[in-house]
Amino acid sequence: MPHAKLPRKSTNIDMTAMCDVAFLLLTFFMLATKFKPDEPVVVKTPSSISDIPLPDVDIMLLTVDPKGRIFFAIDNKGMRQNLIESINSDKGLNLTKEEMVSFDIDASIGIPFNQLKSYLAAPPDQKKTLQTNAPGIPADTAVLAPNNELAKWIYYARTSNPKLRICIKADGDASYPSVQKIIKTLEGYKIFKFNLITNLKGIPAGTAAYDDQQKAKKG
Amino acid sequence: MAEMDTSSGGGHKKGPGVKKGKKLSTRIDLTPMVDLGFLLITFFMYTTTLAKPKTMEINMPYKDPNLKEEEKNKIKESVALTILLSKNHKIYYYEGMATDPTKPPDLKATTFAQKNGIRDEIIAKKKMVDGMKASGALGPKDETTVLIKPDTTSTYSDLVNILDEMNINDVRVYAIIDISDVDQNFIKETELANGIK
Repeated sequence: MPHAKLPRKSTNIDMTAMCDVAFLLLTFFMLATKFKPDEPVVVKTPSSISDIPLPDVDIMLLTVDPKGRIFFAIDNKGMRQNLIESINSDKGLNLTKEEMVSFDIDASIGIPFNQLKSYLAAPPDQKKTLQTNAPGIPADTAVLAPNNELAKWIYYARTSNPKLRICIKADGDASYPSVQKIIKTLEGYKIFKFNLITNLKGIPAGTAAYDDQQKAKKG
Repeated sequence: MAEMDTSSGGGHKKGPGVKKGKKLSTRIDLTPMVDLGFLLITFFMYTTTLAKPKTMEINMPYKDPNLKEEEKNKIKESVALTILLSKNHKIYYYEGMATDPTKPPDLKATTFAQKNGIRDEIIAKKKMVDGMKASGALGPKDETTVLIKPDTTSTYSDLVNILDEMNINDVRVYAIIDISDVDQNFIKETELANGIK
């Protein structure tokens, strides 16, 4: 019987195109990735319906862990240099150049001034344990209280960059008085507007905000 | 694309006496490379933080130390709702601001529950104020005012939750205020009366 001869097709697929796509995507993700900065403590923020995104630059982050310890961070590396220099001269910490550089590369700080020098002089692996066991920055409800070190940090950070937006990232289980200390300190500097970092949650149906959202959707 | 031209270039044919070397295929199997590529993509996809954290903006009431006493307290009793945040995520609330010591407010307890929680109370209060505005008992500029007084035993999540309720229910005027001794006594008395320790 005569067979119609089917042309034999090679089962060898050319992978080149797929490879191209894979590496294109890889490049995209590599460039888009912004690694989470090292955080000294794990903080579980409460949720709210607010959906304002956190700005990328010029933020001052005040982290409060469940035990009420306060950590301070600013994002800009150059500013950190100015900040530590001002703190150094104000508090007479006698920090060396290396210690100041060591401050620059840190993510956040939760060490009182009197331990700052020994902390910054410590080698990197030791710093990590010191950071997790850090007592947090001492704060008080009165701005001018001598033990309100947080006030000093905020003051010098704002003098080096007045545009700084202040964000409070506190754990849901942190007690109110520990957050109140921050709020009162900010109020003492006449900062009445700041941001609280929260997770996003859905707007419950049948409320005023829900109606607004529906209206906005319809246009 | 992945192959290379291995036929000897130039076009001139080798003579019959010349032995052909065994032609090795230069076709590379790209499968492992693709595998590697996708593995890395998966890694970066997991580590990347596409969902940016959201923030909630709050405005604290402007405090002017030079403000005269008589200029303060412009809020009318009838538009105010005082909310006290207490331990174990409990909420106590009363109408008005309890400025008159002879008439202690009627303190009621509630929670952040979705149903029959504080939200219903805020909605009810708003309705009441709107009704009073419609009937002319209140001026057009009067708005529901919520005074939030967190107790020292309350947590940060209580504060965020109550602020969130303000946004959810579109309460424009609200303030976080320090709890007074009077209010703390109210809580204590109510707790005692209800047998809560």
